[in-house]
Amino acid sequence: MKPNTQQLQDLVTQVRRDVLRMVHAVNSGHPGGSLGCAEYFVALYQVLMDRKDTFEMDGKNEDIFFLSNGHISPVFYSVLARSGYFPVSELATFRKINSRLQGHPTTHSHLPGVRMASGSLGQGLSVALGAAQAKKLNNDDKLVYVLLGDGELQEGQNWEALMYAAANKVDNVIATVDLNGKQIDGPTDEVLNMGSLKAKFEAFGWDVLSIEKGNDIEAVIEGLTAAKAKTGNQKPVMVLLHTEMGNGVDFMMNTHAWHGKAPNNEQLENALYQNLMTLGDY
Amino acid sequence: MKKYTNLGSKDTRSGFGAGLTELGKKNENVVALCADLIGSLKMDDFKKNHPERFFQVGIAEANMIGLAAGMTIGGKIPFTGTFANFSTGRVYDQIRQSVAYSEKNVKICASHAGLTLGEDGATHQILEDIGLMKMLPGMTVINTCDYNQTKAATLAIAEHNGPVYLRFGRPVVPNFIPEDMPFEIGKAIVLSEGTDVTIVATGHLVWEALQAAEALEKEGISAEVINIHTIKPLDEETILKSVAKTGCIVTAEEHNYLGGLGESISGVLALNKPTPQEFVAVNDVFGESGTPEALMEKYGLNAQSIIEKAKKVIARK
Repeated sequence: MKPNTQQLQDLVTQVRRDVLRMVHAVNSGHPGGSLGCAEYFVALYQVLMDRKDTFEMDGKNEDIFFLSNGHISPVFYSVLARSGYFPVSELATFRKINSRLQGHPTTHSHLPGVRMASGSLGQGLSVALGAAQAKKLNNDDKLVYVLLGDGELQEGQNWEALMYAAANKVDNVIATVDLNGKQIDGPTDEVLNMGSLKAKFEAFGWDVLSIEKGNDIEAVIEGLTAAKAKTGNQKPVMVLLHTEMGNGVDFMMNTHAWHGKAPNNEQLENALYQNLMTLGDY
Repeated sequence: MKKYTNLGSKDTRSGFGAGLTELGKKNENVVALCADLIGSLKMDDFKKNHPERFFQVGIAEANMIGLAAGMTIGGKIPFTGTFANFSTGRVYDQIRQSVAYSEKNVKICASHAGLTLGEDGATHQILEDIGLMKMLPGMTVINTCDYNQTKAATLAIAEHNGPVYLRFGRPVVPNFIPEDMPFEIGKAIVLSEGTDVTIVATGHLVWEALQAAEALEKEGISAEVINIHTIKPLDEETILKSVAKTGCIVTAEEHNYLGGLGESISGVLALNKPTPQEFVAVNDVFGESGTPEALMEKYGLNAQSIIEKAKKVIARK
């Protein structure tokens, strides 16, 4: 049975707490993008994906997901743990020595739920397209999801992949761009203005949808459901997910400052006060 | 010494093409990707026989490596094909993160390696690729010496679970490895036994090493010729056993001496049995345009050079 909106909202809040506590504990990691994508991950793993309870690398006959902007690993790990892939208590090992929860996701440590290493940007879309084509060869009608950062689109490999997907009609993939408009050095428009991404993706032959309220769980579910309906139509599908970096914590929003910075004790307390415990901390 | 005859000169890349054609028939999980060099890589037959398993990616090597990594998820065994330069240096980070670190079963198949690419010049003549690939944890690195060995290696790597870099070349060269010789990844082949000097060669230099050994024999020098096709993992046992007998070694490869086979062997010798060694390799410079023969002579990568280095290293014993 699918969870109701309140249950999903509770999970989103708990995920935000996990993210904040994880990066605070090791005084490193990337809270900004992680907080902004909490609704996306919860919607994906709790509602959209037709996935198996156990993890197998091959992911045959189930929907699979790839994270290209690997630095938002805190939200990925939190949602994987809270979706049953590994014990929630393991979140306490994030970025520590001998942990399966590396700073950026890796398959090397055999963490259930992770199918490729990411962190060096711009590589995830190609991998997702390869996996999508393998699904077609295997007569597997399930989908491949991939999340990309917007700053990451400055990497050229993405555009090779975008061109390839349309030319080869890879229509069993749903790519999502986390459009928070910020990267390490500042607003994406100032660092390297990419113009209209919608126009660019459409010119590259993709079916493009927008989710204007990327931090509204119902809007995200509705948008991704619409994207799912567009698959199998000879065109790859792209979702522009408008999010707020640092969403859920007032002093982390409207700035790129929290891209890769952990809160201190006082800031953590303030941030957690804005996200009261719902499902129990790890 | 044991003599080898040229069974009829062919290019090593055709050995790759023939191996891939055979794999297409016998292993339905094998898929092939190419970055606009189907003819050069001899992938035409595979493409014709299995269009659904062949992926033309265009001039976009980074995407090709990523696609290949993704295709392994679902059980495919991807073989990527382009020139050695574009198979390694151009896509190093993609191979590092999406293939090697992610432990994906991708076979990176690289033609036109080294100086013997010829007239196109240094932009295309990579002499650093073995080094780049051998430094990646978990990567198997193979450099084949003729048509038969390249075909056998192509078949063998499909059975090996893990990332592989398979390096071969453009020119037509002697084909002398018996067709029925088994190809065992990581196992050196003692082509001819000898007692005065060990000559270890890989790739196009193997035939040259055999020619050098024949010439040395006429001068009363007994050379042991070993073909190392797998540079990583290296067959240390065979090398150490040989130098225990000969007391000196010449390594020969179509690669920069930095990062190549010779360097790997130096490490083995330093740790186990310090032994005089001479390098037949490119001396840390870029190549240039010219015929393969002219280039190999100018850069000292031929039988004559091996003979000279063999005499030099024997004198150092």
